[in-house]
Amino acid sequence: MTDAAATRLKKRHAAETRFRMYGRVAIIVALSFLVLLLGRIGMQGYSTFTTHTLSLPVYLDPARIDRTYLEGSNYDSLVAQALLKQLGETDDESYTVSGQVMDLISRDLGFQILNRIKADPALIGRTITVTGPVKADADLYYKGQLKRSTDQADRKLNDRQLAWLDRLKKSGAVTGGFNVGFFTHGDSTEPEQAGILGAIVGSAMMLLVTALIAVPMGVLAAVWLEEFAPKNRWTDVIEVNINNLAAVPSIVYGLLGLAVFINWFGAPRGAPLTGGMVLALMALPTVIIATRSALKAVPPSIREAALGVGASRTQTVFHHVLPQAMPGVMTGTILSLAHALGETAPLLMIGMIAFNPGLPESFTGSASVLPVQVFIWENASERAFHERTAAAIVVLLVFMIAMNAAAVILRRRFERRW
Amino acid sequence: MTILIALALLAAFSASVYMLSRRRAVALAEGRSASLHSLPGYHGTWVALWAGVPAALIIILFAIFGARIEDSALRAQVPAAVAELPAERQEVFWSDASAIARGQTPSEISYQGPIGEALAAKTAEARRLSVIGLVSVLALSGVLALCGVLLAYPRLSKDFRARNRVEGWTGVLLIACSTLAVLTTVGILGSLIWESMRFFQSVSPADFLFGTSWDPQIAMRSDQVAAKGAFGAVPLFVGTFLIMLIAMTVAAPVGLFSAIYLSEYAGPGTRATIKPLLEILAGVPTVVYGFFAALTVGPSFRAFFNWVGAMLVEGPMDPLGQYLMTVQNQMALTAGVVMGIMLIPFVSSLSDDIINAVPQTLRDGSYAMGATKSETVKRVILPAALPGVAGALMLAVSRAIGETMIVTMAAGLQAKLTANPLDTVTTVTVQIVTLLTGDQEFDSPKTLAAFGLGLTLFTVTLALNIVALGFVRKYREQYD
Repeated sequence: MTDAAATRLKKRHAAETRFRMYGRVAIIVALSFLVLLLGRIGMQGYSTFTTHTLSLPVYLDPARIDRTYLEGSNYDSLVAQALLKQLGETDDESYTVSGQVMDLISRDLGFQILNRIKADPALIGRTITVTGPVKADADLYYKGQLKRSTDQADRKLNDRQLAWLDRLKKSGAVTGGFNVGFFTHGDSTEPEQAGILGAIVGSAMMLLVTALIAVPMGVLAAVWLEEFAPKNRWTDVIEVNINNLAAVPSIVYGLLGLAVFINWFGAPRGAPLTGGMVLALMALPTVIIATRSALKAVPPSIREAALGVGASRTQTVFHHVLPQAMPGVMTGTILSLAHALGETAPLLMIGMIAFNPGLPESFTGSASVLPVQVFIWENASERAFHERTAAAIVVLLVFMIAMNAAAVILRRRFERRW
Repeated sequence: MTILIALALLAAFSASVYMLSRRRAVALAEGRSASLHSLPGYHGTWVALWAGVPAALIIILFAIFGARIEDSALRAQVPAAVAELPAERQEVFWSDASAIARGQTPSEISYQGPIGEALAAKTAEARRLSVIGLVSVLALSGVLALCGVLLAYPRLSKDFRARNRVEGWTGVLLIACSTLAVLTTVGILGSLIWESMRFFQSVSPADFLFGTSWDPQIAMRSDQVAAKGAFGAVPLFVGTFLIMLIAMTVAAPVGLFSAIYLSEYAGPGTRATIKPLLEILAGVPTVVYGFFAALTVGPSFRAFFNWVGAMLVEGPMDPLGQYLMTVQNQMALTAGVVMGIMLIPFVSSLSDDIINAVPQTLRDGSYAMGATKSETVKRVILPAALPGVAGALMLAVSRAIGETMIVTMAAGLQAKLTANPLDTVTTVTVQIVTLLTGDQEFDSPKTLAAFGLGLTLFTVTLALNIVALGFVRKYREQYD
């Protein structure tokens, strides 16, 4: 080998190594983005799954409760008095101390007292123990996210309040534990009371509507296109059209829903029914494409055998081909429903952004869904909501991973190679 | 509610008709089932279809259009007192009349004198109309169901081709379902064009497409709409293009090199682990990327640029340093980079398919000539796969243009005509969201502008998709 050839070869091999390295770097970059994304959200979200609750004996002073009009009494101040007593502080004339104490505890405690008195008025005059979440800022302090080292003017709680919180924790009145409320409450304006259940129920209702529309229609459309349709201009148009619909930006479906469903047909704004219909139209092309490829994978011998023993074409398709293609159809369907579950933009167009405390009541009433809840909480100014946003994302991702895993298992379990 | 009960009753009726006709077919066979042309179930199904489907269609059509028809019947006669009112007040009068009739809460306007009498009269009429509508539709559907049975049932006989008839119905159903996909396109085009036409009545298309100032929040009153420049969409197009460009700068090299590595270098084991991991990235909802961009990437970019700025201040590059110190969370770069991350798996999986479709013989030929792997990729595979890869990148561009949540959460609302990636820009999709999520009147030019933007977005992405899908498909056919 000449020297020139040797250097050229060396150069070429160096280029080869470089090129391979570019590929590796690309993969590493992509995967590190994944780790960063999931890790960051997990870090922000996991703290929401624990919370701190306060157990407080409250004396239900008969002098301060109006028996004739229970809703009219100020139970929050009862709670505040009880907490002052527990802390051994006395209120001043302008109520600043009790005001500062109130900043530490959730309004939920007051509601609990009202509900218990309503259920049993005999409690008035006695001392009962109520247990409820501490205010979100206090919770953040316990979790170490609101730091004492921050300048007092820059944090929500002052030094005195932090000292109280330390004492409550030490005395055992405040205990940390699993955040049950996050999974059993609907949305709320108070971060410590805001939960995800309303959005989970709303998402489930909406996805049910989507599945009921998109799956049968998509499968039947695919059956026609794949098994019955003649090859002509019209079917070509449908074919091109379906491929393009799958690539239309989702927000355009939102505009369609707003203009057609809401303004022309008078469908209710922000309801699971309307949202489900919009998402069904969006999921339809993917269901059709998945079903068609599953039908294509069924070998012609199955069809010929069925036709050979005298089945009609319809019978062949519905009794033999479609059942054989079912695992593939289900896999594609679940994947497109998982995609619909995470969709946000079209739902904003049809007014699903309203604040909905409590659980959704009907398919035509206003409701919230998981991804929109994420969007709403992300927009909230309070820091405690950001923590909840990340937790809501974790919940959303768990549902999506469960659906994807179901699809993978279905494929592994039932897919046949012919 | 009444309608759901009616549908349930109808379903029960059809089911019993099915049982009855099936039994009739069995009786006709006289114990020799082979003497029937079709199985008894087909006889049952056929009669049940005639009993149920036309009646159900009537009820469903009424559920969708009933309120609309009643409304226009109500408005057919305008009382003199109402005709004197201005147009908006008339609208309120009519909606109040139907709201009271339905037992909902009307507006807070009090009606007195002749107009109060007119309201009472119209409310009563609305009630009467809705009862008439419901009763007549229910009666009509009942008659249809009965007629269906009475006409279909006597036709059952041994030689009756019930199976072929039922299959005819099935065929109609299948065609109807596949027409829905076409109807969706018609619906999208129709609604976008219709609402955009209304928008273009107040703002000329040239001002919209070429105007350089976007400020729809100012143009609130109808007489201000004509004020030129409020609806110039060029800054939005520029913002969209800028973010798309940044996203593609991230996604194209990373996605393409991942695909090349996975298909040409990686062993089957690596491939089997890395591909699903990348697919997780593709399955993450966009709102999650938006959250990531707004709360993690944005603040860290700002911190980084502010830090760099602090280093440069009072040095030879002082003005740049001063500028970098003022960079905000919401910048084009944040949204673009995060969108790029979102597009990586999209680009890589599409290119992977395309590279895999290049026939092995081309690779073998190249290796036989002594080329290294990278030379084969660069000189043989990529040129062969180029149209397909171009198609994949165009699909990614179309996605980047239509992506909404990331830009809504991370890019900002200010419409600026700038090419600076550190500046706040806004995009077409962000503006559609902000224009339509408030509580405005639907007919104001402000909300209609969203449909103008939507039409532009749809046209551009559709053109990109058609060309790209054409590329991808043509390329695949070449080697098939």
